[in-house]
Amino acid sequence: MTKEETYLLPVDESSFTDRLSTDRSFPFHADMQKILFGKQLLLEELPFPLEEIRQHEQHGYLLFRKGIKRELLSCVRCGTTDASWFAEFPCARCGKVEFYCRKCLMMGRISECSQLVSWAGPDLNFRQIADPLQWSGKLSTGQQAASQQVAEAVENSAELLVWAVAGAGKTEVLFAGIAEALSTGKRICVATPRTDVVLELAPRLQKVFPDCKIAALYGGSEDRHEAAQLTIATTHQLLRFYRAFEVMIVDEVDAFPYSIDQTLQYAVEQARKPKSSLIYLTATPKKQWQQQCRLGKRAFITIPARYHRHPLPVPQFIWFGNWEKQLSKGKLPAISSKWAEARLAAGKQALIFAPKIAAMEKTLRILRRMDPSIESVHAEDPDRKAKVIKFRNKEIPILLTTTILERGVTIPNIDVAVIGAEDRIFTESALVQIAGRAGRSAEFPTGTVTFFHYGKTEAMLGARRQILMMNKEGRKKGLIDR
Amino acid sequence: MKDYCLICHQEIKANFSWTTLFREEKAAKICGDCSDNFSPITGEICEICGRPFAFLEAEYKLEKRCNDCARWEEDEQWRGTLDQNRSLYRYTDFTKEVIAKFKFRGDYVLAEIFAEDVQLALQAFHYDYLVPIPLSGERLYERGFNQAEALIVTAGFEPTQLLSRVHSEKQSKKSRSERIHHPQVFEFTTDLQLNSKTILLVDDIYTTGSTLRQAAKILKRNGAAKVYSFTLAR
Repeated sequence: MTKEETYLLPVDESSFTDRLSTDRSFPFHADMQKILFGKQLLLEELPFPLEEIRQHEQHGYLLFRKGIKRELLSCVRCGTTDASWFAEFPCARCGKVEFYCRKCLMMGRISECSQLVSWAGPDLNFRQIADPLQWSGKLSTGQQAASQQVAEAVENSAELLVWAVAGAGKTEVLFAGIAEALSTGKRICVATPRTDVVLELAPRLQKVFPDCKIAALYGGSEDRHEAAQLTIATTHQLLRFYRAFEVMIVDEVDAFPYSIDQTLQYAVEQARKPKSSLIYLTATPKKQWQQQCRLGKRAFITIPARYHRHPLPVPQFIWFGNWEKQLSKGKLPAISSKWAEARLAAGKQALIFAPKIAAMEKTLRILRRMDPSIESVHAEDPDRKAKVIKFRNKEIPILLTTTILERGVTIPNIDVAVIGAEDRIFTESALVQIAGRAGRSAEFPTGTVTFFHYGKTEAMLGARRQILMMNKEGRKKGLIDR
Repeated sequence: MKDYCLICHQEIKANFSWTTLFREEKAAKICGDCSDNFSPITGEICEICGRPFAFLEAEYKLEKRCNDCARWEEDEQWRGTLDQNRSLYRYTDFTKEVIAKFKFRGDYVLAEIFAEDVQLALQAFHYDYLVPIPLSGERLYERGFNQAEALIVTAGFEPTQLLSRVHSEKQSKKSRSERIHHPQVFEFTTDLQLNSKTILLVDDIYTTGSTLRQAAKILKRNGAAKVYSFTLAR
């Protein structure tokens, strides 16, 4: 059948199936198994003629599911139920006015006559790689304990939360668990909210697992149709998977704003196999999870100390009055300008977090009177990458930033300040992450963290409480030297 | 229910004032920031294609026409084919992105952003039939709707189908000269008599003007007296 003919085939609702029985004598197409195993793709995403797809479906090798549920309006791919994400259009394919989901539109429009196709034939088997881990590094005591629990969770298809402070070295904690999975032929996914992390993690894991095929998936990546044993994906890309992974590792669960959080939970549940392990990594679990940990309702392990065995810097709170009013007059509260002057005089680099771009730019103008090489950066800044590199190279003495640099960026010897720490944008987890920027390297394990505020908030107190608690636990477990 | 911006999905905050209190305001489709990103075509324009002169160097225009239109009009084969085109917005990066999401990603509801402006613009023309530029069958299946038709219907008008595509190579993959010189892309597929009727063609973008002139030519060959066109962007 030519492509021209293919589009003319009517959408046949009677072909929707959800049976999983398979006619074993049917000579199935190996490429189709490779591309569709553990996936949920739209019919039009498939690089096969419709006739061949139909044959596979008739022999029970494919599972078709409707893309949109109408009863309780929801998207089967991304799980959205929020009505504001749905719109209607007159569909030229089926001739009806129908709903489509705008939330996951960028992955190909899914509407009521769309069908999600998954593989229902025999499983794709993955190799059991003997001794997959090629790594000579050594884990800290705290890492060691967590590593062992991760491996056990992988073995027992259990759920585990790894609560590791910023700078604990959480990637290495995964090595044993991934090795355990690879040696037993399990399929693994590491999901993270940010493309940067995918790009950083993929070569790092490839280096220590040289015999394993790794796929790195993010918006615009090439590996889309790779059936790799180890997949590293942004959470968005998870939406193309269906019952694929025996091991699901979710990095930085705290990084998700609430709205995305729900999509993430849905995507994780869809992408993992019914029998699978689920491992969450975070530096600051949300309130509800912390509570579940305390009540013994959630399996967790903490790494309360950094690998360099120094305590986490504890934030200092400094009230600095109605700073916004001062800013509007072109001034910065004296105590905070003194803070900056002292850093400049001592030649110590500093990162200053501001709640909004406008406030940040005003502060920048004031600080530049002290030193014109001070810079600012925000999410939309076209020079974002270049500025961070310049800061790393010590060409910028003080860098002002919005919350975008709250995680990921590791610069050896810096002090950290927040201006307007009372702002709503600075949640407990954001503040813990921000404080976690100081004292990261073994060479310079200390650094000060100062929250300049116009009234203490629950979030500020919660962040300090979390940090003190971790330090206390680290000392108790002998993971901190002094 | 809350209103969300159709482009950035930020909540749209209603502006309360004495005017909004006494006048029934239509719900805004997009937020102020997104709205400011469109550049409406204003000021002096090419009398034929509606291209704004404000962004054109002097050497690219001839009195009231842009060079492109002057070239079309010099060509015996094309002279007078398209009587006039008018467009709403300049084809800036922002507009390009929104239109791409609308037609390539198939976000039909985005037509609502333009509905009011399209309605006003179409009312300014005198015409007998409002004709969307057709898609090929394959393209229509792929996208699920015809974007030109979506613009017409969403603005509250009735489209008339007079044309269909002969074949379906993508316009955007061709050079200007290819677009101008390749053979007929449309055919006349209706029993309607066009004797001395005025047609208003509708499309999403005016790029070289070739598509619209191809359509206009076949309509005139079948009896249309005047053919105008309207596009969202130029």
